[in-house]
Amino acid sequence: MNINLTLIGQSIAFLFFIWFSYAFVWKAIRAAMDEREKQIADGLEAADRAGRDLELAQEKATKHLKEAKAEAAGIIESANKRANQIVDEAKEQARTEADRIKTAAQAEVEQEVNRAREQLRAQVATLALAGAEKVLEASVDEAKHKELLDKLAAQL
Amino acid sequence: MAGETLTATSYIQHHLTNLTYGKLPEGYERQNADGSVEVLSQDTWTLAHTSQEASDMGFMAIHLDSMFWSVFLGFVFVLVFARVASRIHSGVPRGLQNFVEMAIDFIDKQVKDSFHHKNAMIAPMALTIFVWILLMNTMDLVPVDWLPHLATIVSGDPHFFFKVVPTTDPNVTLGMAFTVFGLMIYFTIAKKGFMGFVKELTLHPFHAEKWYINVILVPINFALESISWISKPISLGLRLFGNLYAGEMIFILIATMFSAGLVLGLFAGVLQWAWAVFHILVIVLQAFVFMVLTIVYMAMAHQVEEEDQFH
Repeated sequence: MNINLTLIGQSIAFLFFIWFSYAFVWKAIRAAMDEREKQIADGLEAADRAGRDLELAQEKATKHLKEAKAEAAGIIESANKRANQIVDEAKEQARTEADRIKTAAQAEVEQEVNRAREQLRAQVATLALAGAEKVLEASVDEAKHKELLDKLAAQL
Repeated sequence: MAGETLTATSYIQHHLTNLTYGKLPEGYERQNADGSVEVLSQDTWTLAHTSQEASDMGFMAIHLDSMFWSVFLGFVFVLVFARVASRIHSGVPRGLQNFVEMAIDFIDKQVKDSFHHKNAMIAPMALTIFVWILLMNTMDLVPVDWLPHLATIVSGDPHFFFKVVPTTDPNVTLGMAFTVFGLMIYFTIAKKGFMGFVKELTLHPFHAEKWYINVILVPINFALESISWISKPISLGLRLFGNLYAGEMIFILIATMFSAGLVLGLFAGVLQWAWAVFHILVIVLQAFVFMVLTIVYMAMAHQVEEEDQFH
């Protein structure tokens, strides 16, 4: 247990190794480790962000889907409504048309009746006049009795 | 083992003596192996043949085995780490890089926990201290006779001294501790200036407002602070040395039992195994303690105390 030059030798060796590990070991390894730490942190952050993005996208997709469904339902509903409306309109048109035709027909019938009656009336006057002529043996002056006869025909 | 021709005492003595190369003074009486005495006619640099010679060499001697193993293990440390550092990448770490990064991370955490100043030297220093001391301490787990025995075969000298655990040499531990102490003083002066260092030594722990009281307090403070400063490296170095020396001593004592018959030999084997397992704890703990204390001392050196700002 002698204290001797070994003490100084060890000191020099110690300082040398400290310097060596400072210059060639610590800096390089620490730099690489720090860089990896940063990479990992970045990676985790990116994964986080991707997760959030995915969630957002899913939410968006769900929203779009819901919107599309609602739109489709709306379209179907309005189509149904439109169809009903068209049917109703057609029905209405048909009814109107039928009414119109019926009215026209009725008017025509009435006109025919009136015409027939007019003809009949005219003919009745003539017939009556002829009958009377036959009865009176031409003693009747057509011009004199025309007014009388017309009155008769109008009462028919 | 090698102990058959030796007594237990000389065996232990042999194991506790370093391979010393030093200067023997002029007129020194050297005892040769055959018993003849040789008187040196001049100062001679030579290998010590006995532990007596080793201690007679005084300060002008160097422990070749301690220096060899500590420098060798230091190079094992720096070369392994530098090799990893030279091909390091920030991708997925593999194999040795994993291990090295684990060590770096551990040290970095320790340093950040107790050292809150800006100094890029502290962390590499802590790393060097921890790994190097750990490696040196680990030499303690190599059975005590293996490497010394190998050394006697290689050198051809049956009395070749060879201590393989550098940290059981107080020169090594105190050498490191005093280096830490030197760095502590250096950083104190670098950080607070020479006057700051002087003030730290003379104006603490007692301090008065009146200058004439301070004049009386300064020597008291200086005495107290000097003791507190000088006790740091000494306790730092001796703690490591004491723990490892005691551990080594137990291994040597256990090893003396190997030559005492089969039953005791087997018993010694079990004991040696058990002590080695326990010693793993000591090895790591002492390396860790040395490192942590160094970090703390460095933090103290960087600490600018509030009082200093008023003077």
